[in-house]
Amino acid sequence: MTAPHGPDARITSAIPPRTVFPAAEDFRSTHGDEAPCITVRNFSFWYGTHQVLHDLTFSVPQRAVTAVIGPSGCGKSTFLRSINRMNDLIPETRATGELIVEGRNVYERGLDLVAHRQRVGMVFQRPNVFPKSIYQNVAYGPTLNALIPKADVPDLVEDCLRRAALWDEVKDRLHSPATGLSGGQQQRLCIARALGNQPSTLLMDEPCSALDPGATAKVEELILELKRDYTIVIVTHNMQQAARVSSLTGFFESGVLVEMGPTRQIFTAPTHERTEAYITGRFG
Amino acid sequence: MTAPTKSSAVHQAPDPTSGLLGTSRADQFFKGLLTLAALLIPLLLLALFYELAHGSAPAIAEFGLKFLTDDVWDPVAEIYGAWPLLFGTLLTSFIALVLAVPLSLGVAIYLTEFAPEFIRKPVAMLIELLAAIPSVVYGLWGIFVLIPILRSTVFPFFRDTLGFLPFFDGPIYGPSVLSASLILTIMIMPFIMSVSRSVLLAVPNSQREASLALGATRWEAVRTVIVPYARSGIIGAIILGLGRALGETMAVTMLIGNRHEISASLFAPGYTMAAVIANEFSEAGTTLHIASLTYVALLLFVVTVIVNAGARLLIWRVGRKSGG
Ligand SMILES: Nc1ncnc2c1ncn2[C@@H]1O[C@H](COP(=O)(O)OP(=O)(O)OP(=O)(O)O)[C@@H](O)[C@H]1O
Ligand SMILES: [Mg+2]
Repeated sequence: MTAPHGPDARITSAIPPRTVFPAAEDFRSTHGDEAPCITVRNFSFWYGTHQVLHDLTFSVPQRAVTAVIGPSGCGKSTFLRSINRMNDLIPETRATGELIVEGRNVYERGLDLVAHRQRVGMVFQRPNVFPKSIYQNVAYGPTLNALIPKADVPDLVEDCLRRAALWDEVKDRLHSPATGLSGGQQQRLCIARALGNQPSTLLMDEPCSALDPGATAKVEELILELKRDYTIVIVTHNMQQAARVSSLTGFFESGVLVEMGPTRQIFTAPTHERTEAYITGRFG
Repeated sequence: MTAPTKSSAVHQAPDPTSGLLGTSRADQFFKGLLTLAALLIPLLLLALFYELAHGSAPAIAEFGLKFLTDDVWDPVAEIYGAWPLLFGTLLTSFIALVLAVPLSLGVAIYLTEFAPEFIRKPVAMLIELLAAIPSVVYGLWGIFVLIPILRSTVFPFFRDTLGFLPFFDGPIYGPSVLSASLILTIMIMPFIMSVSRSVLLAVPNSQREASLALGATRWEAVRTVIVPYARSGIIGAIILGLGRALGETMAVTMLIGNRHEISASLFAPGYTMAAVIANEFSEAGTTLHIASLTYVALLLFVVTVIVNAGARLLIWRVGRKSGG
C-alpha cells in the first residue's frame, strides 16, 4: 500500500498509455483513511491436505472497489468464497487465521452465518438463477429474510432490476421463467438478486466473463455506481476491467498475495517483478 | 501452476455422405429399427387392452358398468361385483402413499442434504437393497413379524386412543386393510426414497450455493430451492411408488384377509383387484367367473393407466409453471 509511486512510473504495455483510472483517482480523495471493511490476517485455507491460500494479510477498504487478479487456479475464487463461507459446503476444508468483516471474525464460533451471508452478497462465476420467475428471483432474498414489508417488494424488485441494467429488457415478462433469459441477462439478474438482499458488501467472481462488451460496460457502470454504497470485491481476468472499476488491486499467485496497492500504481509501477510479468502478459 | 494442456484431439474431416441429418445407410437402418421398437410399446399396450376386453366380454355383457358399483361377489350364484376390490385397491394404495411419501422424502432429503458424509452411501445402498427383495418375502415377513406386532400392540393402541373414529373401531383380527396398507408402505418406500434421492442429487450445487449465499438456512434452501427444483422428478418417484402399490399382489393377498366386503374399520379384512385375480383364477370353473376376473384385470389396467396419465399431467403442469 505504501509502495513508491514516483513520476518515473512505467506505463506497462498491457494498459494503453491513455487509459484513465477514474476509480483510482477518487480512491485517494474519498477513501484515503476510511476504516477497512474486510481485514485478513494470516489467513490460510486448505482443501483436504492441499493448501490453497497461504498466510494472507491485507485489508479491503469500505465503499470502494477492490480487484483481485491473478492466474487461473491461484485461489481467487477460494478467497472470495471464504469471505461468505461458501466453502463450508465443501467437505474437508479448513481455514486458519482471521477474516474480519465489519468487525467480526467470520470464522469465529457462534457467528450468525445466515445474517452474515445476507450482509455479504455474492455474484458467482457462472450465473445461477433459480428456475423461478424473474420477479421471484429478485424477491427471493428480501422475502426470505423479511427485510422489508411485503408491500414494498415490487418496488424493490424494480429498483434492483434497473440498477442491474436489466429492467428495460424484462419489464414486460417479469413473471416468466428466468431460465429463458440469455446468459448475460441471467448474470445481470444474479446481480439484481444479490442487490435485492440489501447487502453491505458485494463479492463478484468474474461477473462479466459471460457477458458481451455492451453488457460488460453496463455492469461496470453499475459497479462504479454501487461503490458509493457498497464495499465491492471483484475477481477478474480482464486487466482493463480491473483498471476501469477498481481503486485497489491485489495480485495473487499460487495462493500468495504478491502485492496489493492502488490500482493505478499496480498497473503503472508494480513493485514486484511477478506482478509486472502478469500484467504485461509475460507471465509463465 | 498447471501446465497448459495441449489438445491432442484429431479433427476428422466430415464424411460427405453422412451428415447430421442421417443420410447414411447405417443411420437409416438404425432409425428404422428404433422406430419399430418404439412403435412396439403402444402396440403391445393396445394388444393387451384388446385381449382383456375380449376376454371379459361375457362379464361385460352380463353386468355392464354395474360391475363397478355392485358389491356382491358370489361364484356359486354367479353374481359378480367388483366395487369392494376397486375400493380395496384404491384405499390400500392411498394409505400407503400418504404414509410413504413424507417418510421417504424426509429420508431422501436427509441423505442428500444433512447426513454426515460417511452414512450417505451405505444407507442409500441398503435402501436400494430393500427395493430388490421379492414381494413374497415381504408377505412372509408381514405374516410372521408385522401382523403379530400389529395385533398385540399397535392396533389395540390405535383403538384405545383413536377408537372414537369409525376407522379404528371394531374387532381386531390381524389380517386387514391396515396391515396390507402398512406392508405396501414399507414396500414402496425404497422406490420413492431411492428415486427422489437421485433426483435431489442431480440438483446442481450452484442452486444450493445461490440460496445459501442469499442468507437461507439449510432447511430454507431445501424448502424454497432444492425441492422445487427437483419437483417433477419427485412426483415421478411418487408415481412409481403408486404404480407399484396399485399392482402389488403377493404381499397384499397374504395380509389383507381376502374378504369381498367394505368396512369402515381399517382393522377389518378386505380385498384388492390384483389379489382376487391371483387367488381365484386357477380355481375359476365357469366362463362367467373367468370373464369376471378378466374384467377385474381390465379394470386394474384402466385404473393404472388413468392414475399414470393423471400424474403425467400433473408433472407437465408443474414443469410448465416453474419453467424448469
Ligand atoms: N472443491 C475443491 N476441492 C479441491 N480443490 C479445489 C476445489 N476448488 C478449487 N480447488 C483448488 O484450489 C485451487 C484454487 O482454485 P480457485 O477456484 O480458487 O482458483 P481461481 O483463482 O478462482 O481460478 P480461476 O481464475 O480459474 O477461476 C486450485 O488449485 C483448485 O484446483
Ligand atoms: Mg475462480
